[in-house]
Amino acid sequence: MTMLKLAVPSKGRLQAQCFDWFARRGITLERTGAGREYAGQVRGVENVALVLLSAGEIPRELAAGRIHMGVTGQDLIAEKIPAWESRVEQLAPMGFGRATLILAVPQFWADVESIDDLDAAAAAFRKAHGMRLRIATKYHNLVREYLRTEGVADYQLVDSQGATEGTIKNLTAEAIADITSTGDTLKANHLKILSGPPILASEATLFASRAGPWGAKAEAARREILAKIGAHDA
Amino acid sequence: MVSDRAYLAGGRTGGGLSALRREVGRIMSGFAANGAAPVEPAALLPADLLIDLYGEDLRARAYTTHDPVLGEQMLRPDFTVPVAQMHMQSGAMSGRYAYAGSVWRRQEPGSNRPTEYLQCGMEVFGEADIAQTDAEVFSILAEALRAAPVAPVTGDMGIILAGINALDTTELRKAALLRHLWRPARFKRLLERYANPQAPGKTRAALLEATASGRLDELLTAPAIGLRSVDEVKSRAKRLFEDANTPPIPAPQVALLERALMVKAPMGQAITALRNIATEMPALTPAIDLVEARAEAISGFGIDGYQLPFEASYGRTTLEYYDGFVFGFAADPAHNLPQIAQGGRYGALTRALGGNTPAVGGIIRPEALLALEGRP
Repeated sequence: MTMLKLAVPSKGRLQAQCFDWFARRGITLERTGAGREYAGQVRGVENVALVLLSAGEIPRELAAGRIHMGVTGQDLIAEKIPAWESRVEQLAPMGFGRATLILAVPQFWADVESIDDLDAAAAAFRKAHGMRLRIATKYHNLVREYLRTEGVADYQLVDSQGATEGTIKNLTAEAIADITSTGDTLKANHLKILSGPPILASEATLFASRAGPWGAKAEAARREILAKIGAHDA
Repeated sequence: MVSDRAYLAGGRTGGGLSALRREVGRIMSGFAANGAAPVEPAALLPADLLIDLYGEDLRARAYTTHDPVLGEQMLRPDFTVPVAQMHMQSGAMSGRYAYAGSVWRRQEPGSNRPTEYLQCGMEVFGEADIAQTDAEVFSILAEALRAAPVAPVTGDMGIILAGINALDTTELRKAALLRHLWRPARFKRLLERYANPQAPGKTRAALLEATASGRLDELLTAPAIGLRSVDEVKSRAKRLFEDANTPPIPAPQVALLERALMVKAPMGQAITALRNIATEMPALTPAIDLVEARAEAISGFGIDGYQLPFEASYGRTTLEYYDGFVFGFAADPAHNLPQIAQGGRYGALTRALGGNTPAVGGIIRPEALLALEGRP
C-alpha cells in the first residue's frame, strides 16, 4: 500500500504561502534535512508524503498519476494538460499566486486597443514586413486557442521562457502574451494590456490526479485532507 | 491493437492490408487512366512554408518536429502544398498528378479521429477551361466512388467572393472581409460592424479626433519600441479615421449577400435562386454563369449536374485555400466516418506560392471508404 504523495512548489514565496495555507487547516508541511535539500514531511494527516517539485512540472506528474495531489497554478494546468478536466480534479483554489494571462503591445501603438485592432494591425504588419506579427509567449496552447476562437490571423507565436516583456525592444517579437499580477513590469517596459477580458485568470490551486487506483491508504489520507480543508469531491 | 489503422481494425496485416492495397491500387489506376502521373512527396516538410500558407492554427492540427540543422519540420498534413510545389518547380505549363500516402493530423483530446490516415489524390494544374476541368475532376472522383453509398455536395467560393466585391464600400473593407472568408464567425462580426457602425469608445474617439486635427504625435509620446514603426501606427490611425467616415454598407446589400450565402438546393434550382438575387446584385452574374457552365460540363460526364446538391456556404470552414469550386462526398452520419472524399479549386494557394496557375484537385480517404463498404 502506497502513501498519498502531495506535491508543492519546491521553493520561494509560493511554497511559503502554500505551507501557511495548509497550516491554517491543521496540516503541517515542513522541510527536513539541510536547508537546500529537497525533502519534507507532513504532520496532522497519516500516510502523506511531501514531494517538492517545480510548479511547472506538477501538472505533468498529476496527469501521469505519479503524484496524487499537488499545488500549482491553474494557468500551468490549462497550458500543459490537454482537456485537463478529464485528467485532474480541481479541489480548492487557495487565494494566492493570483495572475492573469494577457496580451500586451507597445504603449505607443495608439491605434491598437482591442483584439480586433491587433488582428487588423497583424494584416498590415505582414504586408509591410513580409512576415507574420510575432507574439512572444510560453503559453502556446492557451494563446493559440484564444486567438483561434477570436478569429485572429497573420500572427505567429515565438517561444519566450522568461523576460518576455523585453522581447519587443530586442526586436524578437511585436507583441507578448504573458502572466501579469500588478502590471508594473509591463509599464516599466512601455507595454499596455489589450482591452477586454484576459485570456485566463489564475491562482494557486490544490489539484488531485484522476489517474487511479490510489489504494486504501492513499484514499484514506485523501478523505482526511478533504475533511480538514473543507473541500468535497466533485 | 498494433495492427489497427484509421477506420480499419486489422488493416495493417494479412487480408485487411491486402484489401486496402487493392482499393488504393484501384483508385490510383483510375487517376492514371485520366492522365495523372504518380508523384511521391516527402513525409517531412519544412514547417515555415506551411505555417506561412496556412497560419499559426496549423500547429494545433499538424505534428511539428525539430531538427538541429533543418529547423522545424512538419509531418505532412496534406499533399496539396508539396504537389503544387513539385508542379511549379518543374516549369511545365500544365500537369496532372496522382499520389497515395499517409497524412498526419493532431486531433482534439478525447477525439476518436485517427492521427494518421491515407489519402489518394489527384491534382490538375494549368488547364485553362475552369468549368470543364472542375467537372472532370469531380467526375473522376465520383467514378472512383461509384459503388459506395455516399452523397455528393458541391459549392462555389466564387459566389461569396463576387458578393463581397459587389458591396458598395471601400477596398479596405472588402479586403478585410476577403481576409476572413475562411473564419465565418469573424467575417460575420466584421460585416455587422460595417453595416451598423457603433459610436467609438473614449480612447478611440480621442485617436480619431487627434488624427483629424493633425495632433496624432501628442498620443505617440511613449518610446517607439519594436519593429512596428511610428509610421505604421500613424498610417493605420489614418485608415481608422477614413473608415470611421465611411458610410455603412447599405442594409439591402448585406441582406442580398446573406441571402446568396444561404442558397442550398439542387444546382439547377440554386442557379435560378442566385439569378433572382443577381437582378438586384448584377455583379454576381459571372460567378453564377460559371456555376451553370460547370453544371452543364458535369452533365457531359454522365452525371446530372443540375441535380447535384449545391450549398453556397459550403467549404468556408476548412483549413484550405479553396477559392472556387468545392465538393465533398459524405457517408450517412450514422457511420461516424469523416467525408469519404473532398476537393476543390485553389488558385489562392498557387498564387501564395508565387505562381498564377489554375489548380483543382481532390482526395479520397481509402480506409474510410473501405470501412464504409464493409458495413451492412
